[in-house]
Amino acid sequence: MTTIYDLANPKRFEAFAKTLTPFTAAATAALFVAGLYFALFHSPADYQQGETVRIMYVHVPAAWMAMMCYTSMAVASAAGFIWKHPLADVAAKTTAPIGAAFTFLALFTGSLWGKPMWGAWWAWDARLTSVLILFFMYLGYIALWNAIEDKTRAAKIAAIACLVGFINVPIIKFSVDWWNSLHQPASVFKEGGPSIDGSMLTPLFLMGLAYTLLYVTLLFIAMRAELAERRIQRLEQAARAPSGAVIS
Amino acid sequence: MTKKQRRLLFAGAIVSVAAVAAALVLTALKSSVAYFYTPSDLQKLAQLPTGMVRLGGLVETGSVKFADAADTKSRDALVDFVIEDTVAKTPVTYRGVLPDLFREGQGVVVEGKFDASGELVASQVLAKHDENYMPKEVADALKKQGVWQETEGPTN
Repeated sequence: MTTIYDLANPKRFEAFAKTLTPFTAAATAALFVAGLYFALFHSPADYQQGETVRIMYVHVPAAWMAMMCYTSMAVASAAGFIWKHPLADVAAKTTAPIGAAFTFLALFTGSLWGKPMWGAWWAWDARLTSVLILFFMYLGYIALWNAIEDKTRAAKIAAIACLVGFINVPIIKFSVDWWNSLHQPASVFKEGGPSIDGSMLTPLFLMGLAYTLLYVTLLFIAMRAELAERRIQRLEQAARAPSGAVIS
Repeated sequence: MTKKQRRLLFAGAIVSVAAVAAALVLTALKSSVAYFYTPSDLQKLAQLPTGMVRLGGLVETGSVKFADAADTKSRDALVDFVIEDTVAKTPVTYRGVLPDLFREGQGVVVEGKFDASGELVASQVLAKHDENYMPKEVADALKKQGVWQETEGPTN
C-alpha cells in the first residue's frame, strides 16, 4: 500500500504527480466553468455595488491563494531547512512564481474594483500595502534562488528569507481589524460566520476550489519540471567529470 | 543536541525574532499605519492638523447639501456634508465628482486640509463599503422586518 511517506521519494512522487495531473487539470477546468457560470450569470447583483460585485469572484479567491501559496512555501521551507527533505525545497521553489501570479491577479483585480467602488485605483492603506509587500517578497524569494548558484546553499538562504517573511501573512489577514483601512473587514473567515448571502457564497467557494486545484495542477507540473531539470544538471556534471569519478 | 534539533531551534528563533520585531515596529507605527483619522480622534488633538489629513466616518444623514441642486454630478459640483462617528462630527466641503457609493449614512474617507474655520476642504472623497454582501431583495426584506441598522448593515 502506498502511504504519504512513499511520496516523499522523488521518483514515486513524480509517478504519482504524472498520473494525477490530467485529473486535477480536468477538475480545475470543470470547476472554473461551473464557478464562472454561477459568478457571471447565476448569482444576484449586490444591493449596494450592483453588478460590479462580480469582480469579487475573481479577486477574493486570488487573494486567498496569494496567502495560501506563501503559507505552503513557508511550511515547505521549514521542512526543507530542518529535515533536509529533498522534495520540500523543490515544492517551495516552484510555488513562488505561482503565488506571485495569484498575488498580482489579486492586486490587479482589486485595483479594477477599487476605482468604481471607492473612487481610487490604489490607496496606501494597511491591507493594500501589506499585499504589495507580499508580492515583492515573492519576487525577492525568486531572485534569491536565481542569484545563488549552489542549489543547497540557495535552498537554505531562501528558506530563511521565506520564514522571516511569513510574519506578513497574519499582518495581511488582520490588517483590516487592527487599523482603520479603506478596505472593508473580512466577510467570509470571521467570527460569527460569513456576512455574504448564500447565493453569493456558492460561486465564491466554487471559484476558491477552482483556484486551489489550479494551484495543485500547476505545482505538480512545475515540480516535475524542476526535478527533471535537476536530473539533467546531475547528468551533465557526470559527463563533464573525469571518468571513474563517482557523482552522488 | 542533534543537528536536526539545532536547525529546528534556529528556524523557531528566526520566526519568533521576526514576529517580535514586526510587533514592535507596528506598535510604534500604530497611528501612521491607520489610513485615516476619525472625528473623535481629531477631537482628542489640541489643535487641528495643518497638513494633508485623511478623515473617515459616516456621512451624517440630512447633512449633504449641494450648492446647486441642478448640478450634483459635474466636476464643478460643490457639496457640503458632515462626517460623524458615534462621538464627534467634522464638517467637510468638496468640489468634484463623488463616487457612486457616496450617500448619507455611508462610510467615506476624505482627504484634504482644514481651513481657518475648522472645515475640511477635501481634495478627494473615497467611498468605503462594508463587509456585507447580499442581493437587493434580501436587503429590502431585512429592512421590512426591522432588523436593519443603517450604519452596520443587517444584524444577524
